[in-house]
Amino acid sequence: MATFGNLSDRLSATFKNLRGKGKLSPADVDGTVREIRRALLDADVNLEVVKAFTGRVRDRALGDEVSKALNPAQQVVQIVNDELITILGGQQRRLQFAKNPPTVIMLVGLQGAGKTTLAGKLAKWLASENHTPMLVAADLQRPNAVTQLQVVGAHAGVTVFAPEPGNGVGNPVRVAKDAIKYAKDKQHDIVIVDTAGRLGVDAELMRQAADIRKAVDPDEVLFVLDAMIGQDAVTTAKAFQDGVDFTGVVLSKLDGDARGGAALSVASVTGRPIIFASTGEGLDDFEPFHPDRMASRILDLGDILSLIEQAQKNFDEEEARKVAEKFATDTFTLEDFLAQMQQLKNMGSIKSMLSMLPGARGMRQQLDNFDESELTRTEAIIQSMTIQERRQPKVLNGSRRLRIARGSGTTVTEVNALVNRFEQAAKMMKTVAKGGVPQVPGMGPIPGAGFAGKAKKPQQKKGSRSGNPAKRAAENAALAAGKPVGPAAAGAGSGFGLGGAGKKAAPTEEELASLQKFLGR
Amino acid sequence: MASPWSLSGALRGMFSRKTIDEDTWTDLEDALISADFGPDITDAVIEELRASVERFRTTDPADLKRMLRETLEERLARLDPTLTLSNRPAVVLVVGVNGVGKTTTIGKFAKFLTTYGRTVVVGAADTFRAAAVEQLATWAERGGAQIVRPQQHGQDPASVAFQTVEKAQREGIEIVLIDTAGRLQTKSGLMDELSKIRRVIEKQAPIAEVLLVLDATTGQNGLNQAEAFIEHAGVTGLVLTKLDGSAKGGFVLAVQEKTGIPIKLVGQGEGIGDLTGFTPHVFVQNLVG
Repeated sequence: MATFGNLSDRLSATFKNLRGKGKLSPADVDGTVREIRRALLDADVNLEVVKAFTGRVRDRALGDEVSKALNPAQQVVQIVNDELITILGGQQRRLQFAKNPPTVIMLVGLQGAGKTTLAGKLAKWLASENHTPMLVAADLQRPNAVTQLQVVGAHAGVTVFAPEPGNGVGNPVRVAKDAIKYAKDKQHDIVIVDTAGRLGVDAELMRQAADIRKAVDPDEVLFVLDAMIGQDAVTTAKAFQDGVDFTGVVLSKLDGDARGGAALSVASVTGRPIIFASTGEGLDDFEPFHPDRMASRILDLGDILSLIEQAQKNFDEEEARKVAEKFATDTFTLEDFLAQMQQLKNMGSIKSMLSMLPGARGMRQQLDNFDESELTRTEAIIQSMTIQERRQPKVLNGSRRLRIARGSGTTVTEVNALVNRFEQAAKMMKTVAKGGVPQVPGMGPIPGAGFAGKAKKPQQKKGSRSGNPAKRAAENAALAAGKPVGPAAAGAGSGFGLGGAGKKAAPTEEELASLQKFLGR
Repeated sequence: MASPWSLSGALRGMFSRKTIDEDTWTDLEDALISADFGPDITDAVIEELRASVERFRTTDPADLKRMLRETLEERLARLDPTLTLSNRPAVVLVVGVNGVGKTTTIGKFAKFLTTYGRTVVVGAADTFRAAAVEQLATWAERGGAQIVRPQQHGQDPASVAFQTVEKAQREGIEIVLIDTAGRLQTKSGLMDELSKIRRVIEKQAPIAEVLLVLDATTGQNGLNQAEAFIEHAGVTGLVLTKLDGSAKGGFVLAVQEKTGIPIKLVGQGEGIGDLTGFTPHVFVQNLVG
C-alpha cells in the first residue's frame, strides 16, 4: 500500500539537493518548488491545486516562521507535510449515522470506479461492527450489475434488496424508495444504495442520481473515486458535487501504483473529506482513511498507526500469553507453530502489513515478489505430520520426512528446511521469552524475523532505508530505543509472526514520537 | 451542471489574443497538463512549437493553433492503428486494470465484427469477479456472438481461453475474443496468470492482437499500466474507453510514444455501437477544436 510511494520518491530526490546547506536561499526554494510542482503533476494532482500548493510552500519556506533549528531539507519536509495534512482534510472523519435508523448510505461515481465492490466491503465492515446492513441494487444499467451485487452480498453475508432484474429494466429511484420501507420492516439499521456508474457530463443520469438522493434522503452520499484518475478528477468531482452533492469521498484501487494525486485534488477542490480507502479485491481490503497518516505516507514515514490497529484487531491476547508461556517452558510445538501461522494469516495480507512500515518504499519491488503461498506450503507440511510428530519433531527420521513431503506435495528439502527453521526459532524465542537477547549473527533481536521462515524480508526492515541521513538516524535511534522493550513485551504476546507483528509495533510509538519531534511538531 | 472542461475551451481564450507572448505559452502549458498529457510530453510539445514559431517568425495565435494541431496529429499518426485479424481463427486477448471497460469493449467489438459479417466467439476468462461471466454473456447476446463459459466457478482462466480457441477451431469461427479479469499491474501473481493465458493460447493458435484497455480518465499511471501489461501480456494495441466523459485521455500520447504501441480502438459510450477505429485527425480535432 505504498500509495504515494512514487511521490515520496520524487520528493526525497528533490530534498537530496538541499542537503548540506545551512540556509535556504530564494533560489534554492524556487528550484525545490519547481521539483515539487513537477512531482505533483506527475502524480496527477490537479494543476490548479498544484499551483496553490506550491505557492503556499514557497511563501512559508521563505517566511520567517521556519525554525532555525532545522536544516533546510527538514524545513521543507515539515512545510510540505503540514500543507498536505491541511489539504487532505486534517482530522479523520467517521461515518455519520442517522438518529432514527435506518442510516442510508448512497454510493455514486464514474463507471468502473469500484462502487459495487465497495458496497460489499462496506457492508461486511459494518456487519463486523454489529450493524445489520442491507445492500440495495439500484444499478439497473450495467449488464448483470444486480447479479454482481447479489454475489458480493452473499460473500459478505448480508441481505441484498434487488426487486428488479437490471440490464436496463426497472426504475432505480423506485427501487431505492422501496428499499427504505423494506429495511424499516426488516429492522435493518443501515441501507447501502449501489447506483449505476455515470459520467459527470451525462446530465440525464446525473438528474437520476439526484432523484434517487431526493427519494431516499441519505445520511451519507459517498463519491467513489478511482485512485488512478488524472486531471479530470476535479471536473468529475465538481460535476458530482453539483449533481448529487456528496458528503464524503472513498478512494479506490489504492493497492495499485497510482500516485493517487487525485486524493489531494478532490479534497482540496470540493472540501469534502476522504472517509475510506479501498485497497484490494478482497472484501476485507478496506480501511478508514487517515489524512494525517496519508500525509506521513507521502513523506515515507510509513503508516505505523494503521499497522498497529490492524494487528490489534486480529491479535488474540489470551492465545499469545499461552504461547509466551510455552516458549518459556520449552513446550512450544509445531502444533502451536501452525496455530500461530493461521492467526498470522487472519491478519490479512502480510504484504500490505509490511508495506505500512516506514522505509518500506525502497523494497516495494521485493514486497511485490513476496510469495504468500509459502505460508500455505508450510501449513501443508505441518498438516501432513502426525500428532506425535508435531509435538516431538525429534522423531522425524528420513522415512517420516519422505512421507510428509509426499503428503504435502513438497520435497524432503523443504520439510528439512522447515524443521530446521522451527528448531532455530523455538530456541531463539525461548531466549527472548526468558528475557535474554538471542544471538543470531547479523540479525539482531527482532523475534518476528523467525516467522514462517521468512526471515530475510522482515529483517531488512530493521534499519531505516531513508535517503535522508537525519531521518535515517532518527528512525534507527527510535528502533534502537524500542529494542529493550522486546523481551518485556514477550510476556504480553510473542511468537513468530504474530508476536513479530505485535513486536514490530511495539517500538513504534516511541519511533513516532521521535519522528514528530524531528518534524518539530 | 458544470459545462465539461475542454482543451478547446481552455485554448480559445489564448488563441483569441492578438500576439503570441509569454502568457500564451503558460496558458498552453496549463491546457496541455490539464488534458493529462503529463509534464514530459507537455514540455516536449511546447519546445517543438516554440521552435516552429521562431522558425516561421509568426506572432499570430491562429498559426500556433494550427501548428499545435499538426504537431499532435503527427505524433499520434506515427504508428499504424490498423488491427491485424487475418489469421483464422484470429485470437484477440483483451487485458487491463479493474473497471476500465474490458467487458463492455468486447461486447461492442463483437458487434462491430458481426456487422462486417464475421463470426465471433467470446471466451469468459474473467472467472474471478462476481457476475463477470453473466455481464459478458449479456453483451455477447447483444453483439450476436457465441460465448464459452467456465464450467465451474473459479475455473482457471487459461483453460477457459483454451476451450474458446478450441471451439473456434472446431466450428470454424473466424474471430475469438477473450475477456480477462481486471488486474492491477502491481499484482505480480495476477500478471503471471496473464502470461500463462497467453502461453496456453499460443500452443493452439498464434495470437493476432493483445488489446490493452485504458480508461480515458486515467492520469499518468496509464504509462505504468501499459509498461507492465506489455511486459507480461505482449500488448499489441491500445483501446481508449470512456472518451464520452470530460476526460480527454491525453496520457495516451505519452503511452504511445514511450512504448511504441498504437491506439487501435476508441470507445465513447455505453451503447453497443459506441466503438470506432482510432483516427488521429478526429481525436486531435476533438481535443483542440
